[in-house]
Amino acid sequence: MLRVENLDVYYGGIHALKNVSISVPRGKIVTLIGANGAGKSSTLRAISGLVRKKGKVFHDGEDISSSSPEAITAGGLVLVPEGRKIFPHLTVYENLMLGAYVRNDRSGIDETREWVYDLFPRLRERAWQKGGTLSGGEQQMLALGRALMSRPNVIMMDEPSLGLAPLLVKEVFEIIAAVNAEGVTLLLVEQNAFAALRIAHHAYVLEVGRIVLEGSGEELLADGRVREAYLGG
Amino acid sequence: MYESRTKRLNVAAVALLGFFLWWAQGNLDGYKIQILNLVAINIILALSLNLIYGFTGLFSLGHAGFMAIGAYVSSLLILPAAQKEMIFLLEPLVWPLSVLQAPFFVAVLAGGVAAALFGLLISLPVLRLGGDYLGIATLGFAEIVRVVANNLSGITNGALGLKGIPNHANIWWNYGWCLFTLYFIARLVNSNFGNVLKAIRDDETAARAMGIDVLRCKVVSFSIGAFFAGVGGALMASLLTTIDPKMFLFLLTFNVLMIVVAGGLGSLSGTVIAGVVITVLLEWLRFVENPVTIGSFHIPGIPGMRMVIFSMALLFIILFRREGIMGMREITWNGIIGVCRRKGEKDRD
Repeated sequence: MLRVENLDVYYGGIHALKNVSISVPRGKIVTLIGANGAGKSSTLRAISGLVRKKGKVFHDGEDISSSSPEAITAGGLVLVPEGRKIFPHLTVYENLMLGAYVRNDRSGIDETREWVYDLFPRLRERAWQKGGTLSGGEQQMLALGRALMSRPNVIMMDEPSLGLAPLLVKEVFEIIAAVNAEGVTLLLVEQNAFAALRIAHHAYVLEVGRIVLEGSGEELLADGRVREAYLGG
Repeated sequence: MYESRTKRLNVAAVALLGFFLWWAQGNLDGYKIQILNLVAINIILALSLNLIYGFTGLFSLGHAGFMAIGAYVSSLLILPAAQKEMIFLLEPLVWPLSVLQAPFFVAVLAGGVAAALFGLLISLPVLRLGGDYLGIATLGFAEIVRVVANNLSGITNGALGLKGIPNHANIWWNYGWCLFTLYFIARLVNSNFGNVLKAIRDDETAARAMGIDVLRCKVVSFSIGAFFAGVGGALMASLLTTIDPKMFLFLLTFNVLMIVVAGGLGSLSGTVIAGVVITVLLEWLRFVENPVTIGSFHIPGIPGMRMVIFSMALLFIILFRREGIMGMREITWNGIIGVCRRKGEKDRD
């Protein structure tokens, strides 16, 4: 579904990503874990065309290595940026409608919005509230709902649990699992390795810009090195 | 039902304004009429800057440049050929311009279109810059326009400027354009495209992740803002009947910026209120520049004292009420009716 081959990213003189290759099969949740500054966010930003890169990216068999971010989103590969990045001065409804910016089928958009409202009933209740007045968990729902509005087949999420209370973290991961159950493929970047590995079908461990380990979620949960480095022994 | 009520109230408000202007024309002296005219023009200018800065988040300091372009283009189109021949002393006006004539409405429109074209031209390189850098680049643009106007004697008459511009910009033209600007920009910011602009302002990365072509939307917003700045400049030239490059210094941009910030970035009603208040204050405060005698003390007049007061006022606004008079809120008919109804219920209790 999504395949990344030999990705390199430089920030000035810093070699941030070194020869990263990952593959995300259709309908699965794949997670990328690693410490601060390992290059997790850079990987997502490079895939979505927001930073300059070397290497190849294929989405749905199509080479999108040199496509613009707009074209990549329109093609069904959507990024939910770190820190949620909802539009605080627009209403929940307007936020969602902007998610459907790349579509022009009016009735289809209304249908998708109903589907998102059914998935997150709290967004329906707060449809006319400004995005900035929502709680952290609700904002995460909105960010995910907004991404779903373009009817993507792959969603990339950058640190969905960042800055959320433990109870909400659990809720967010339940939401992610629910979205996946609807047939959406997910590439998830997380610092909260434990929660991410539990729902992931496959996982990669990134260390200073390099993939050092990969395996199924359960395998990595049981792996001694991962336990020591990311799960607190 | 709400929509038709809003429409009726809008028509009533415009009629009321029309009645007031009609009354003003018959009963107020020339000086007060002039201030009323300036109010309308300043509102046009501030609305256009609010579209660029308040709604799209582009910190632009190039308004004086767009105004200058609008002012020169439309003035050259309405100046009679004989007058042109008389004022161009240094160098005669180049050929097509020396005979070209247009009715006032077309001239103002042409001024706006010329400003928009320049906006389009500079926006492609300049809008790739963000934040403060954009401010510096657009400020540079405005200075370039001024310096060119100062030296291109064959078109602008250099430092002598244009004199005897026909005074077509009466109260009806100015308020007509002002209402059109308000209507157009209000429709724009409440449309889907308006939401896109606000999204870009709120978070550019997220907007790009939505598949929004950020640069293109910025260019459109910037050019529309430039168009109305050009219109404002054109009207101002005809109102003052004389323009020269010195008129389009940074101070002009600063006045407009002050109205936008005081009214509230991202609030059209705030801009209108601040446009009225600040334009009136700018005139009224002239007394602080006059010589004063208190007892045996004599303080000579200090030119520029008004601007000191205004700069301090702006400082206080930024320190204590950064969101301006209205913040991002708007005054709407539904809002007013809601407040009245609540008050009515309270009075009954």
